[in-house]
Amino acid sequence: MITAITAITATTIIITDMFQYQFMNNAFAAAGIVAVVSGVVGYFLVMRGQTFAGHALSHIGFAGATGAGLIGLAPLWGLLGFTLAAGIAMGVLSERISNRDVAIGVVLALALGFGLLFLHYYTSFATQATALLFGNVLAVDRGMIATLAVLGAITLVGLASIMRPLIFASLQPELAEAKGVPLRFVSTAFLAIVALAVSECAQIVGVLLVFTLMVGPPAAAQRLTTGLWSGLALAAVLALAEAWLGITIAFYTDWPVSFCIAVLSALGYFAALSAPRRSRTGRANEAP
Amino acid sequence: MNVVELDHATITLGGRAVLADASFAIGPGEFIGVLGPNGAGKTTLMRAILGLLAPSAGHVRVFGNHPQRGDRAIGYLPQVRTVLPDLRVRGLDFIASSMHGERWGLPSLSRADKSMIEATLDSVGARDLARRPLSEMSGGERQRLLLAQALIGEPKLLLLDEPLISLDARHQEVAIAVVREVCRERKITVLFSAHELNQLLGTLDRVLYLGNGQAVLGTVDEVVTGPVLSRLFGTDISVVRADGHIFVMSRGRDVERVEHAHDHGHDHGHHGHHGHDHHHH
Repeated sequence: MITAITAITATTIIITDMFQYQFMNNAFAAAGIVAVVSGVVGYFLVMRGQTFAGHALSHIGFAGATGAGLIGLAPLWGLLGFTLAAGIAMGVLSERISNRDVAIGVVLALALGFGLLFLHYYTSFATQATALLFGNVLAVDRGMIATLAVLGAITLVGLASIMRPLIFASLQPELAEAKGVPLRFVSTAFLAIVALAVSECAQIVGVLLVFTLMVGPPAAAQRLTTGLWSGLALAAVLALAEAWLGITIAFYTDWPVSFCIAVLSALGYFAALSAPRRSRTGRANEAP
Repeated sequence: MNVVELDHATITLGGRAVLADASFAIGPGEFIGVLGPNGAGKTTLMRAILGLLAPSAGHVRVFGNHPQRGDRAIGYLPQVRTVLPDLRVRGLDFIASSMHGERWGLPSLSRADKSMIEATLDSVGARDLARRPLSEMSGGERQRLLLAQALIGEPKLLLLDEPLISLDARHQEVAIAVVREVCRERKITVLFSAHELNQLLGTLDRVLYLGNGQAVLGTVDEVVTGPVLSRLFGTDISVVRADGHIFVMSRGRDVERVEHAHDHGHDHGHHGHHGHDHHHH
């Protein structure tokens, strides 16, 4: 009993300790918003098998962010502009690019190259580059939280408005087309939504690690549930838990936040992979 | 009134006239076997009926009107069925995604929709598939799920594009029997495309044979003859009847089987889908 009370008190002290700092409060708020958006949008990215496209968008965003720095804009706007343009272009061109992975890979490498070039002329900002690549959630200010909240709301509203045809088109594109779903519009709109989510996600974990919040948690959620809403909820909760826990661990260990989140994301995914499949247990002996 | 009517219709795909000046009419409640070599236009014809392709000349009419994309009176089972390999979506949610899937906004499933899905699954003997994830279904089970999906919403016309592909012989028979039973009972017109005529012999009312830009509709005895098929295949075809079976031969080789084997040889973009329930006679 006494140990339990001691433990609770200790935990309370630790948590109050952490929240004494404004930058920690800001980090939790920003990571919270971004984790939910990333988990939900990432769920559809995983469902559609387009995770590579998400990865590519973040790299293209890097060029945008460094380019924005070069002309004196906040990196977020460069990220947003480039990812949005690239997402829409990918959606519009998708049918013409027969080998999508190769095309995306080439554009991705080109974008990183441009990112490097912009960075080359933007020498005063070596720390900024690290922040872009690996995130810097502990430096988020109030203004950024407000921006992320607005962008997050736009992303989720956008996703909600196309969710029904998006699911249909993802699961059964041939039938969806026959039933009157505008496939190209839906996939383009979705990639634009992914671009928004990637831009937000990169503010927390950096362009190189957007997978940690956009792919790890949703992929784990899809292993653990078969329902749509339960899967979406679980993806958001896992992303949120990994982001917050990652920040907490970073606070006490002084390890980089993005590293902690990346480890948690990987652990979550591999734990979900090894978890027994619920639905199989009852049906193992089904006749062939 | 005819359910499907082509009136001197020419349907062009990628600059090639898949059907040239084709005319035929299919009446209500008919079970039509759609046959023909690969590339003869079976899928193209169905896409034209669905309103996804407009004829470049002539007319296609469905229930007397121009085909309308998203016509609720048509149930469709596409040939290319992209099944994501690791999709852990329940059968119920999979079918639910197709119900009013063209509407914007959030997905929702009313109690009425849910009971309709369950009743339809029941009618094809697949009730238990509602709760199971797609990734754990066999090829035969998936096919049955897709068939149930095509039947939802009381269609008057059912377009089944190669529904027997990826099924073994036993499941093929079951699939044909299920379609026959449900469609006779509900008086649904069926266009059932297949590679092999023999399995459908006891079921079909008439056969629509496509080839060489032409379409010939008639009874098996009228259509499946040496002269007609030679015209459609553009090569010398002889038709051999033996033991209640019909063999379409070209220079001593069974055309349908050659086509069939060929079809499995190339990838239609079904990811990991063909692997199940494969069986070659």
